[in-house]
Amino acid sequence: MLGEIFRDFFDDENLILRPEMTARDVDGWDSLAHVRLLLTIERKFQIKFSAPEVGGLRSVGDLVSLVAHKTNAM
Amino acid sequence: MSTYLYRDLSWLPPCPADFNRRCRAALESSERFGWRIKSLAKHALNDNQLIRLGKTIAAGRAKGYDLAPLRPFRLGLASNGTTEFISDGIIASAARHSLALSCIAAGYDQVLQDSLSPDSPLNRAGTDAVLIALDWRCLPFRPAPGDANAAKSTINACLDYLDTIRDAIRRNSSAVCIVQNLAPPPEETFGSLDRGLEGSLRFLIDGVNAGLVERLRGSTDMLFDVARLAETVGLAHWHSPSEWNLAKLPFSQAFLPVYSDYVCRVLAAMRGLSRRCLVVDLDNTLWGGVIADDGLSGISVGQGDPTGEAYLTFQHYLSSLGERGIILAVSSKNEDESARLPFREHPDMILRESNFAVFQANWNDKATNIQAIADTLALGLDALVFVDDNPFERELVRETLPDVAVPEMPEDPALYARVLSAAGYFEANSFSEEDLKRAAYYAGNARRATLERQVGDLAGYLASLEMEIDFQPFNHTSRARITQLINKSNQFNLTTRRYTEADVARFEADQRILTLQVRLRDKLGDNGMISVIICRCAEPDALEIDTWLMSCRVLGRRVEEAVLCELVNHAKRRGAARLRGFYIPTDRNKLVEQHYAKLGFAHVGVRDDGATVWELEVATANLEAPPMVVRSSGFEPVSSEVSQ
Repeated sequence: MLGEIFRDFFDDENLILRPEMTARDVDGWDSLAHVRLLLTIERKFQIKFSAPEVGGLRSVGDLVSLVAHKTNAM
Repeated sequence: MSTYLYRDLSWLPPCPADFNRRCRAALESSERFGWRIKSLAKHALNDNQLIRLGKTIAAGRAKGYDLAPLRPFRLGLASNGTTEFISDGIIASAARHSLALSCIAAGYDQVLQDSLSPDSPLNRAGTDAVLIALDWRCLPFRPAPGDANAAKSTINACLDYLDTIRDAIRRNSSAVCIVQNLAPPPEETFGSLDRGLEGSLRFLIDGVNAGLVERLRGSTDMLFDVARLAETVGLAHWHSPSEWNLAKLPFSQAFLPVYSDYVCRVLAAMRGLSRRCLVVDLDNTLWGGVIADDGLSGISVGQGDPTGEAYLTFQHYLSSLGERGIILAVSSKNEDESARLPFREHPDMILRESNFAVFQANWNDKATNIQAIADTLALGLDALVFVDDNPFERELVRETLPDVAVPEMPEDPALYARVLSAAGYFEANSFSEEDLKRAAYYAGNARRATLERQVGDLAGYLASLEMEIDFQPFNHTSRARITQLINKSNQFNLTTRRYTEADVARFEADQRILTLQVRLRDKLGDNGMISVIICRCAEPDALEIDTWLMSCRVLGRRVEEAVLCELVNHAKRRGAARLRGFYIPTDRNKLVEQHYAKLGFAHVGVRDDGATVWELEVATANLEAPPMVVRSSGFEPVSSEVSQ
């Protein structure tokens, strides 16, 4: 599901997520895109990230875990 | 529709599923690039889609593509918050308002410096206008509850700060300034006391907003009332603490589409591109029900009934638009007499014929009528808005006359005024005697415009609707609805025979009687049961049409022809050599006087009671099946000899 969101957001049908991926690996994933990407994920999953949670994200793997944690907790 | 009306721009048609692909495709050729962008911008786009469109426009520009027919507009953006999203959003929304916008921002947190410096990019860019969008958190606010003097000097300090920026921009670039006011945060320190207690944050923000209106009065600079927008969507939704903390976003990005659209309305108004004329349908748009079928006492408009109240409210709103100079016109599928009746004789109507400049009530298609209205008023189609409860009519006008604005309307008429208002087609940045005089000049005529020419490809439109027509005999579950139609229909009713539910039940059971209930569905929705036919066997070898009625809502879609094909099939199966129909004239059904003639029946005589008699030989009938999927089910096999 997260993969689909990324593919739509970055307009790249061939984008496959890997846990060790970071922003540097994806075209167009700058700091502004990062903010909008997080907002998009929040909206799609109906969750809210807290500031510390966002601050702790280092890789796609971290993001996947965070989303899983927040959607299971509901 | 109501809860998310402003967030989702629900008055705009929904975004196509292949939006991303269409943005990419738009960049493939420079030809008609501006047209493709304009077409994409017409839809309800969320913040991500809006930004994608903004980036598509930027990419096209970078390739040197011409953006015609969009008109160029250069906007400066002086904001102390994050602006990149906002510029992409405004650029994309501008296409919806026929503007090819380019945006130049002041440096981050450099608003004062960039305004004061004659050489800043902001001042050298040759902007037509500069939007000064300062967030309250970056202004010199020092709440001092209870201290009236401190309050006054804080308010003046903020206003002076804004004046300094405005004056500097005007001196250095001669651009007009559009000054955004302040959206107060929902957080309170006291509660109800905040508003009146001098020096509270709420008091200070209200003071700045009121002072700003005064400082702009008489100036060529303009107000952008973001406070009003924020209050309308709800301050608690507008302000998002997490988004501010994350990236200094001054308002929740979910509202980027409506914010951008609101800004663009002001820009369009500056260019004289606001719309000036509202064309309305009548049945189920200005009143509940259908005047020709329900009569004066049957339509719903008036107090004491929720539906009637809803239409009354809408009429009040239209009346207030008329009073401020918006031209009103009518486009209705009705006999002219019928259509004017409520305006002339219904006591509760707010609107009267004198409120309308042009009054088109006829059976011709609405696109042709709206073109005639525009021609009569000497207005371009891009000055018109068309409101109709029927998605068929809305879609027809959108496709045939794409320059006319056609809002999506809610199911509930109680929300008509709100949706029309939210769409903001009539933004104005000035108001004068002139406007009032113009309104008076146009009104009062309620005249009929001659239809000079047929516009559009109606046949193509009908084919694109993917219509499905469904024929079944009368049955138990539909009995009530069938009876209702039989007793309500006046206009498209060949013989106006009234039957009770008991009669209808008898017809159901009688094998010798052919009954048809007809349903119509298309890609826009399900129209439900729209036609009822009852036939009897008569000598010699004739199938006689006792009742043929149809809802006027589906006129012009060739349903009659599809019904005829079905009747011919049944006649053949029953061994009947001909179909025989009658037209019994009443004061309401002149519409169908030539119904049988149009279907190829021969006129064979006149009865003593004045009814015209028509016949069609089944074997030689030359029928063209109209473009719709036909389903016919539930009919019992009939023996070829049907005795009387």
